[in-house]
Amino acid sequence: MAVNFGTRRVVVGAHYGLRDWLSQRVTAGLMAVFTAIVIVQVLSISGEIGYDQWAGIFASQWMKVLTFVVIAALTYHVWVGMRDIWMDYVQPVAWRLLLQVFSIVWLVGCAGWAIQVLWRL
Amino acid sequence: MTEQDTNARVNRPQFRNINAFRDLPTYRLPLAGLVSILHRISGALMFLLLPFIIWMFDLSVSSEISYARLTGVFGSGAIGGLLLKLLALALIWAYLHHLMAGLRHLWMDVSHDAVSKEFGKSSAAVTLALSIGLTVVLGAKLFGLY
Repeated sequence: MAVNFGTRRVVVGAHYGLRDWLSQRVTAGLMAVFTAIVIVQVLSISGEIGYDQWAGIFASQWMKVLTFVVIAALTYHVWVGMRDIWMDYVQPVAWRLLLQVFSIVWLVGCAGWAIQVLWRL
Repeated sequence: MTEQDTNARVNRPQFRNINAFRDLPTYRLPLAGLVSILHRISGALMFLLLPFIIWMFDLSVSSEISYARLTGVFGSGAIGGLLLKLLALALIWAYLHHLMAGLRHLWMDVSHDAVSKEFGKSSAAVTLALSIGLTVVLGAKLFGLY
């Protein structure tokens, strides 16, 4: 296998950033579809929306699985976006590392909380 | 290089070591640039407000009591309710703008015709009009205007 680390690290050529670019679009598509599904479900409720109707949207197993996938997609999507922001505006390595660690902790914590809320429903 | 070229170059403002406070306010961003930076700002805003979103989701689906608590907070005219509504309004705008600008990106990814100066400007105008327009409509609903 060709050596690809240290001073021999290949830093030019195809694929650098393609994975982030593509995953951000795929996850965005998932979230857009999810948004459309939720809007259709809300609009299909006749009369006043109460707790039963609202929570009922997320109660079925397929909707739980879909919401779970969307939470995972959102987490990765936001990670790519926030990393872009830190890389653009924060040059000192120590600050950048600190902010990236904060982003990961923040996102994983939020994802865990959201999944917990979803699955005790 | 002709005389004219040199003159044209001399008259243009030059930016070196851009200062965020001194130089950025004097930038004239084209509409596409405005949509771009707002895409970033709206994304960062939603990142920071994630716990608020999950808190609302938690209250709204956990039980009838928590659901009533959430709708009660939003219904109250107190400072707390007003603050929540303003945060929700910011989220509504951020989500709409991010979604519209994202769809615009996807369109430009799949269509070569969409990658032009003219389309960049017109699609940016549509993005802004739709996101701000829908924010006003939904915001009016949020604040109980209809």
